[in-house]
Amino acid sequence: MSLTVLTYLVVGFTFAIYIGIAIATRASSTKDFYVADGGVHPVANGMATAADWMSAASFISMAGLIALSYNGYGGSVFLMGWTGGYVLLALLIAPYLRKYGKYTVPDFIGERYYSDAARVVAVICLILCSVTYVIGQMKGVGVAFSRFLETDYETGLGIGMFIVFFYAVLGGMKGITYTQIAQYVVLITAYTIPAIFISLQLTGNPLPQLGLGSTLAGSDVYLLDKLDMILVDLGFQEYTTTLRGSTLNMMAFTASLMIGTAGLPHVIIRFFTVPSVAAARRSAGWALVFIAILYTTAPAIAAMARLNIVDTMQQSDGQALLIEEKPAWFENWEQTGLLQVEDLNGDGRIEYTADPETNELTKLDNDILVLANPEIAQLPNWVIALVAAGGLAAALSTAAGLLLAISSAISHDLLKSTYMPSISEKAELRASRIAMAAAVLGAGYLGLNPPGFAAGTVALAFGLAASSLFPALLMGIFARRVNREGAVAGMLAGISVTLLYVFQHKGIMFIPGTSFLGGMSPNWFFGVEPNAFGVVGAIVNFVVAFTVSRVSAPPPSKVEELLEFLHEPSSVESQAPPGAAR
Amino acid sequence: MAEGKNVERQQRFAARVRSLMLRLLVVWFVVSFGFGILLVEPLNEIRLGGYKLGFWFAQQGSIFIFIALIFAFSSVMTRLERDYVDGEKESGK
Repeated sequence: MSLTVLTYLVVGFTFAIYIGIAIATRASSTKDFYVADGGVHPVANGMATAADWMSAASFISMAGLIALSYNGYGGSVFLMGWTGGYVLLALLIAPYLRKYGKYTVPDFIGERYYSDAARVVAVICLILCSVTYVIGQMKGVGVAFSRFLETDYETGLGIGMFIVFFYAVLGGMKGITYTQIAQYVVLITAYTIPAIFISLQLTGNPLPQLGLGSTLAGSDVYLLDKLDMILVDLGFQEYTTTLRGSTLNMMAFTASLMIGTAGLPHVIIRFFTVPSVAAARRSAGWALVFIAILYTTAPAIAAMARLNIVDTMQQSDGQALLIEEKPAWFENWEQTGLLQVEDLNGDGRIEYTADPETNELTKLDNDILVLANPEIAQLPNWVIALVAAGGLAAALSTAAGLLLAISSAISHDLLKSTYMPSISEKAELRASRIAMAAAVLGAGYLGLNPPGFAAGTVALAFGLAASSLFPALLMGIFARRVNREGAVAGMLAGISVTLLYVFQHKGIMFIPGTSFLGGMSPNWFFGVEPNAFGVVGAIVNFVVAFTVSRVSAPPPSKVEELLEFLHEPSSVESQAPPGAAR
Repeated sequence: MAEGKNVERQQRFAARVRSLMLRLLVVWFVVSFGFGILLVEPLNEIRLGGYKLGFWFAQQGSIFIFIALIFAFSSVMTRLERDYVDGEKESGK
């Protein structure tokens, strides 16, 4: 059976499952639509959160990002940042918002800061970060289809949109939750199987997490030592010790990703679906377990695939690879443009070095590490087909979660809570379906016509969430004195500072050449790169919010009552569904 | 009188939660920002099999510890809340 047919079969089979789940989990009330009736088991929610969280970027790009762009140790910022945020979420945010017991993040901000203005600002921040995030997912769907199923990018995107449309509009959060669970199983299987095989081949240890710290099979040299040595020989820096920028930049980068994670609305709303506060806490732990299976495998794939590539480029006699002896996978991926070679000195060999003047492996795309992994390890075709289905599952599950966050912000926070409070439950459910349909179409449009800024989108989404929503939520839960004026000013200040720093580097809306403060050196703020700036925006947010609150009237007494309710011990036995608690 | 006692118990509960959070967040900071970034060079002198220890914390260890922190928080909170509810029954509320 040819690879294409096999891929169609595997991907088609997973899509049939998603559609079957959609039909079985139709939403019949707004509570179904927004929070899956608040009846999702904590472990199931943990799994759904993991799929919601791990996007096309985590699945396809992260290992390559660590191994190539961030040269190993520097890539730790993603590993620690994107997992450490769950500690903040589990301790400081999720249990309190679950206790609050409503449907959306702006819901809480609107009530805690007793103002429609705060709610609308929160909706704007939410839409900004969710839309930038969803564009990346739509692109991921289109790319995965075109690469594995040999369709056009547009057709692939259309099929992906149709599937998401079907289960998200029909089932809302309920449909999304159960498809996400199926998608998690698909993506984690697809991610770990090639890793296990590669780890076995290289080190004889089937667990990639242990293999990474083992000796190479048939020798007593440690894998990481070998990698360091080879890379230094080729003129690269050591894999296990090279900083990304500076120590301060790595701290800021990690912190930005952590607090961005804890402030991303599509992740937070997943914790509204469990039956109790205690379940929300436990569920965050399970979510991180399921995430960690991929996140501790990724650095192993990164190092092992890098070693495999370098080994391919160096022949046993110490000479560079002869062009006519290129392995088959090499040529396959050259055709996609992810890999390019150019024999600069015309000696018939491909030299891979750190020096751009002599390097003949002129393009080595980050995505190749995960995508070509099964071929490099000479795994059977069904594994390659599975990787395609896994990449699609990762992109679709995250897209659906983001679309729900966007559509519930529109139908619930803007319509029901702000502009049309008299709307009936049935009309709100209809409105949420229409908002969802519009969000899917809008995301599809942006996927087809990606704006110039789409390249840096996911990192930007974290910066925005870190600098606007996370501080507003944290102060809303723990700082009694912060009032309406402080919160609104803080959110606006935080998000503006972050956007300005990013735009100053990359152009307004990422249009090159429009940097308005031309002539400033890159990373001028203590060497902090734009992607790491969210934490600075968050600090600005905190400072502005506290200062403004201090010079304006304290919050009314009903806020005091709300906070008391949030912090009172929730009875262990009580499994009250949202809304019934108050 | 009973009211006052109740407030006192609630404050004690809140203080316990705060100190629990603080201790866990210190560990969270130390294993990631501390061991993974600030102290990575001295720790890299120590080996854990093929791993340099600082590198291991940055790419593996911190993640395992994060998981442990969340489950520890979850189970201690459940105990604190149960103690609180039991105390409420004892005080004859």
